Amino acid sequence: MKRLRLIGVLAWLLGSLAGCDRETRQFETPPHDASAAHATATSVLAPGPYPPAASTPASAASAAPPQQRVDHPYEDNAYAVSQGKRLFRWYNCSGCHGNGGGNMGPPLMDDKWIYGSAPQQIVDTILHGRPNGMPAFAGRIPEDQVWQIAAYVRSMSGQLRFDVEPSRSDSLSPGEPEQRRSPEHPKAVAEH
Amino acid sequence: MTRDPAWPDKPDIEPLRNTVPPSAEQILALERTWRDPPGWLGFISAINHKTIGVRFIVTAFGFFVAGGLLAALMRLQLARPESRLIGPDLYNQLFTMHGTTMMFLFAVPVMQAVSVYLVPLMVGARSIAFPRMNAYAFWVYLFGGLMLYVAFAMNIGPDAGWFAYVPLSGPDYSPGKRVDFWAQLITFTELSGLLEAVILITTVFKLRAPGMTLNRLPLFVWGMLVTAFMVLFAMPSVMLASSALIMDRLVGTHFYNPAEGGDALLWQHLFWFFGHPEVYLIFIPGLGFISAIIPTFSRRPIFGYSAMVLALIATAFLSFGLWVHHMFATNLPELGKSFFTAVSMMIAIPSAVQIFCWIATLWTGRLNLKTPLLFVLAFFVILVIGGLSGVMLASVPLDLQVHDTYFVVAHLHYVLIGGAVFPLIGAIYYWYPKITGRLMSERLGRWNFWLFFVGFNIAFFPMHLLGLMGMPRRVYTYPKEMGWGGLNLLSTVGAVMVAFSVLLFLVNAWRSRTHGALAGDNPWGAGTLEWGTSSPPPAGNFNAVPVVHGREPLWEAQPEPTHVSGLAADQREVLVTTVLEAHPDHRVVFPVPTPWPFVGAVATTVLFVGSIFTPWAVVWGMVPVAIALTAWFWPRRRETRAHLALERSP
Amino acid sequence: MSALQDSLHTFGPQAGHILDLWRLTLLICTAVFTLVLLGFLYAIWRAPKAGPHTPPDLGAFEHSEPTLQRNVIAAVIVSAALLLVLVGASVWTDRVLAQMSLRDALHVQVTAHQWWWEIQYDDAQPARVFTTANELHVPVGRPVVLTLKSDDVIHSFWVPNLAGKKDLIPGRTAQMQFRADKAGVYRGQCAEFCGYQHAWMAFLVVADEPSRYEAWAAGQRQAPPPPADPVAARGMRIFLGSTCVMCHNIAGTDASARKAPDLSHLGSRQTLAAGALPNNAEKLAAWIAEPQKIKPGVNMPAHAFAPDDLHALVVYLESLK
Repeated sequence: MKRLRLIGVLAWLLGSLAGCDRETRQFETPPHDASAAHATATSVLAPGPYPPAASTPASAASAAPPQQRVDHPYEDNAYAVSQGKRLFRWYNCSGCHGNGGGNMGPPLMDDKWIYGSAPQQIVDTILHGRPNGMPAFAGRIPEDQVWQIAAYVRSMSGQLRFDVEPSRSDSLSPGEPEQRRSPEHPKAVAEH
Repeated sequence: MTRDPAWPDKPDIEPLRNTVPPSAEQILALERTWRDPPGWLGFISAINHKTIGVRFIVTAFGFFVAGGLLAALMRLQLARPESRLIGPDLYNQLFTMHGTTMMFLFAVPVMQAVSVYLVPLMVGARSIAFPRMNAYAFWVYLFGGLMLYVAFAMNIGPDAGWFAYVPLSGPDYSPGKRVDFWAQLITFTELSGLLEAVILITTVFKLRAPGMTLNRLPLFVWGMLVTAFMVLFAMPSVMLASSALIMDRLVGTHFYNPAEGGDALLWQHLFWFFGHPEVYLIFIPGLGFISAIIPTFSRRPIFGYSAMVLALIATAFLSFGLWVHHMFATNLPELGKSFFTAVSMMIAIPSAVQIFCWIATLWTGRLNLKTPLLFVLAFFVILVIGGLSGVMLASVPLDLQVHDTYFVVAHLHYVLIGGAVFPLIGAIYYWYPKITGRLMSERLGRWNFWLFFVGFNIAFFPMHLLGLMGMPRRVYTYPKEMGWGGLNLLSTVGAVMVAFSVLLFLVNAWRSRTHGALAGDNPWGAGTLEWGTSSPPPAGNFNAVPVVHGREPLWEAQPEPTHVSGLAADQREVLVTTVLEAHPDHRVVFPVPTPWPFVGAVATTVLFVGSIFTPWAVVWGMVPVAIALTAWFWPRRRETRAHLALERSP
Repeated sequence: MSALQDSLHTFGPQAGHILDLWRLTLLICTAVFTLVLLGFLYAIWRAPKAGPHTPPDLGAFEHSEPTLQRNVIAAVIVSAALLLVLVGASVWTDRVLAQMSLRDALHVQVTAHQWWWEIQYDDAQPARVFTTANELHVPVGRPVVLTLKSDDVIHSFWVPNLAGKKDLIPGRTAQMQFRADKAGVYRGQCAEFCGYQHAWMAFLVVADEPSRYEAWAAGQRQAPPPPADPVAARGMRIFLGSTCVMCHNIAGTDASARKAPDLSHLGSRQTLAAGALPNNAEKLAAWIAEPQKIKPGVNMPAHAFAPDDLHALVVYLESLK
């Protein structure tokens, strides 16, 4: 009896220590640095009426380089990927990328990546834009949200772990949900 | 005539006097035949209904304590306005786990657990029907509950409410696996519940002692029979709902997706079609406890037996016609909702019949005011308040103001705690001596009772006012300027008192195992069959199966025949009787202990937990389940030979 | 005790009828409870005491108990009759609630989001349609017809001082009607669990005299003028140059996203963040900088503006009256 209880307590402890990165809901994330100047955009396109530059000379002078984040904070986190899905919808990425199938913009579900499919590469694509039409969202979408969107974009081609990928949306069906799509194994592409 | 230490001046009637008493060797052989094997293997092979029953009761109370601790944390957070003790994510998990634990892991299972222990004894049977399946159902329940708590410890605890409304619990708004664990817990508990229902119905219908016609069935057994039938009809609805939810989340079906032809209200209909009978699954066994305790402590049979039985059956039927009263705030047609108002009020009538019959029994009885009766008497105060607030909620316009507020929280706790938990605690005090052979402390029992009664009312009565004053449910905090802080603090104080009373109960139960007064066969002087055997009962329940001639067999002089003779003592031979009149029908040999139900439950758990992550788990997981079931049912040559030998010459 | 969000203090016919029904029901239920309690306590008190050895009285097995039978049947009949009265009263109240006159009603569409309220005032002339958030102004004495929709999960619109609640269910369009008969500010709150910030999803119903209401509505219809104050003008440039435009809308500017509350007349509202904060500069600055500290889980991201920039932004937003 005593042994049973010991095993039970140990199992409980192990479980709680192991935690589960997939399920953490991290609400307080690094705030968007609204005062920093941003690296030169690769695209002339940008959302919004005014260019996303620093608005006062003082803050432009004290600009720090944007946060470099080479780790993948959200690859294992289902909440972040689901937020990325919401933001993909809210910021109208489907306007060019058509729920991942592509339209004016290239498809995101397949294994052809012009500028690379690693998280950092996708973040760069979103923040700085790319030639031939991808707008630069730096200064418009907080960087933390860009990481969430990048994680979601990777889920569209099946590159996230199967239990982290989101399922279907509560919308007209745009095809298979992300976690039922076949995983792609894109070739590594050098940074442009 | 043996002298019973608890009844020194017993009157001359020896109701269970046996004209053909079994010999000492037969009694020993019976014990050897029916007991569970020892050791680790014996632990997982045990199928004796009393062993399983005790495990089941203890497990259910373990979940009760866990659910109560969760509630204590919630009350600590709500004690002050704008408290930062617990954030929204953890709070959502707390109230979801609290509701899920109490509804799925405590309230219904504990009633089934008590009946697993008691019903065979009360109907004069040596065993419960399908003893191996009974063990399997317990293990499935235990593993399901453990799965949920392990998930909670790993931050995968569900957080969408115990009712998990879509679309919040759907794939789009509940990311990760939290709700999937919840939905799969439903599968575990409903499988366990459905199996237990089948077991109980079969036991009550086919394994009664000869002469125990349906008209002589104890009201507690009637209550459990009615409950079991309700389970059969109600639980498939929630299994369907949760399976559709799992499929929406795992494979992308559109059951609850309005954009693709599904309906968010479909979930509510399916869930509440189960959910309303569910609360009666909890309430009716409570009524059964009261009907068992009141006659014993009023020294007279219950008044209005037939009316009571009909009231139980009417309540069960009507409870399936109420579910839309949980959906009064939706945009269903208004006239349709009024029908549910009418039925929701009507169901109060059979409950009123029962309450008046009990009061009539108390009025004309002579009262033994011991702890079991005290807990039952609390029912009359608390449940009646809860029932009346339920009548208020039954009205559509009133419900539109107090739905989803603390008024409903008050109502549900008054009916569930007053209607089920108080009688349950009374039942534990009542039957503890039968299960363990020792009485619980009467002094601690009184402290337990008064602390619980007063603390409960302090905790929950203010919630009526809070709901009327506008405080919604499921909020992790509330603004300072609303003026709700005082009542919330009072409620928290009451909750602490309730927690202490539960602690007292547990201390009492634990200490009395070794320090309690020896009970003897029938410490309360009761009239039903379970008190006609030793405390605790022998492995085969009765040294000789009694023949029943009345509703209170121990209170009346029994004509001959008084007992069954001729059943084998070296085999698990059981007498099967007819459904209505309990005439002896045929003999059956029951199966021996085996570890395969445990193995099967492990395999089932692997299947269910795996299918949270991938649908392939259903396919591959079936293989070990099939193997376990095959081994479980495979007949053993030696046993078959022995059974056939019995058939040829009893 | 204050009448804030209190269903027992009513200021309109819908809530008023419900309160009448409540009073009748409370009276009947209290009477029944008192009678049952007294009967029960009396039964306990008068019963002779017994022990486990007391021989049981088996008279009930031998003969019937007609007095007891009569009394129990009478009690059941009285209970059933009272329940019938309550059913009748309930259905009657339902009918009255459904028959509230809708002549000259104001039509408003409420769309619930996680965790704020989008409020659109309909009009036969499309140019007169306007949108606001979290604050519903209504004219006193005029019926209001609400069309209720949800953008994501199930919410519930509930302002207890004025009416019962109605759920907003995605995929379904519900309707409710109420009327405010007294000028005042009435607080309402979401009453269906909808996620992390269900607790702080409140709204205000501001009932104004018709002339004041019309003035307010006229002001809401107009786009706010470009800011004259240089600090506010700088704040507008910061607004338009930052992340705000991805979600928020200010009439008269190029910011026209509809995913977050409409800010066109933010300065005219009494609260911020769906009733979570009073509307003043200090709270607005705190909200913009660190919304997750105030409402963890909300969809608004945190911003690290330079103090001057944040001040200018706040001045601009508060100037939008």
